[in-house]
Amino acid sequence: MRKMGTQTWLFENKIYVNGASTISGPREKDGPLGHTFDYSYDDLYCGEKNWELAERKLLQHSIDVCLQKAKVTKDQVDLFLSGDLLNQNVTANYVARTLPIPYLCMFGACSTSMETTAVASALVDAKFADYAIAATSSHNATAERQFRYPTEYGAQKPLTATTTVTGAGSSLISRNRSDIRIESATIGKVMDYQIGDPFDLGSAMAPAAYDTIKTHFQDLGRTPEDYDLILTGDLSAVGSPILKDMLKEDGFHVEDIHNDSGSMIYNSEQPVLAGGSGCACSSLVTYGYVFNQLRKGMFNRVFIVATGALMSPVMIQQNETIPTIAHGVVFMREEMSE
Amino acid sequence: MSKQFHPNNYKDTAKTYQPRPNVFLNCLKAFFVGGLICVIGQGLIQLYSTVFDFTEKEAGNPTLTTLILISAILTGFGVYDKLGQFAGAGSAVPVTGFANTITSAALEHKSEGLVLGVASNMFKLAGPVIVFGVVSAYIVGVIRYLIQQLM
Repeated sequence: MRKMGTQTWLFENKIYVNGASTISGPREKDGPLGHTFDYSYDDLYCGEKNWELAERKLLQHSIDVCLQKAKVTKDQVDLFLSGDLLNQNVTANYVARTLPIPYLCMFGACSTSMETTAVASALVDAKFADYAIAATSSHNATAERQFRYPTEYGAQKPLTATTTVTGAGSSLISRNRSDIRIESATIGKVMDYQIGDPFDLGSAMAPAAYDTIKTHFQDLGRTPEDYDLILTGDLSAVGSPILKDMLKEDGFHVEDIHNDSGSMIYNSEQPVLAGGSGCACSSLVTYGYVFNQLRKGMFNRVFIVATGALMSPVMIQQNETIPTIAHGVVFMREEMSE
Repeated sequence: MSKQFHPNNYKDTAKTYQPRPNVFLNCLKAFFVGGLICVIGQGLIQLYSTVFDFTEKEAGNPTLTTLILISAILTGFGVYDKLGQFAGAGSAVPVTGFANTITSAALEHKSEGLVLGVASNMFKLAGPVIVFGVVSAYIVGVIRYLIQQLM
């Protein structure tokens, strides 16, 4: 059966990650997971003239590394699914312009990493594609400029604010066997619990993560014990405890196995306030650290729940609250020695 | 789901999870950084009025210009935003903060060209200050005029 319960897709064919790549900026390199990235740039410009070009370079680089690792050429890829945080998804669109690959543009704010992965897996499962790339990027300076203030503006941000991660992550998905299998995905609903503060996205997104995780357990008849890790995207230091308390009320105790990409990607000495955020936050942690742990056998089954705040500065100024969403994908370790 | 996480109450519940800023410490930082900027300004007035032969009233303009220049340079080197995160109002309220809003916006839009990028965006943050400054000056001026006529 492909559809389980109300919102979960269980893939019928075995779907695998054939290659995954992580390219980061300088601040992420200095964080505790810096050694897990394939490449890190030493400055935010990545050798380009402006930040938008820098973000494109990150995404382009991550696709190149991903294909190299998977030993697949661009011509073999049937679909490219990508999105980012910028208006009109310019990073993804302009990178797609350089690729000879049919393209689907996606936007789910910071949940785009798992949105593209889930949809790519479904299309590969249904044999609409043999190889599909799911890729996302975010850049601290381009996001700051679009959603907040100019980067060099000296306004004091509250402690609940997060720091957009600079980086890009790609994965190549196919039915060819590899050491990481994509088992299922839960597509989230848009939730809005009346938070309108663009400097407190962790609180805004926690209910979306709660809903997706709870529905996932119900749809598959599972409990937190079935997982070695439940990783949220960017709930940060504020949203994570809210999520745990919300799930606890429903009898799902995730305290020991939950972690948040935004809390893992930087160390406590870095000036990042509540933690990391952005599309690249969940993809860097997942495609780097989590995949390494799966390969090593430290994890067997993980549930990655990428959270997204579907925020628009114009809507905020019109006194609207922030709709949020979370999409989850289950990755499993596949024993290659069989 | 319990009452506290009900969508109608969620906003209040979420507040209990937020880290509380240390208001006293923040005030102290703002006081000292803001004060330091004013001390530098005072020092510049002394410098201009003793060394360069300005009267104390005339020394005001070159002092402002120097502070604005320093602030613009610090913004360009990526220092002023860090100072702002540390000092809050202490670095936002003085004229250096105003200079920072203009310089940071101008820098931000450099890649969109000199006219439609830099020139049309540099007052994006400073614009409201100028608008309300002019409007309130006008209102205060009218009130003053009326009082003078009545007296």
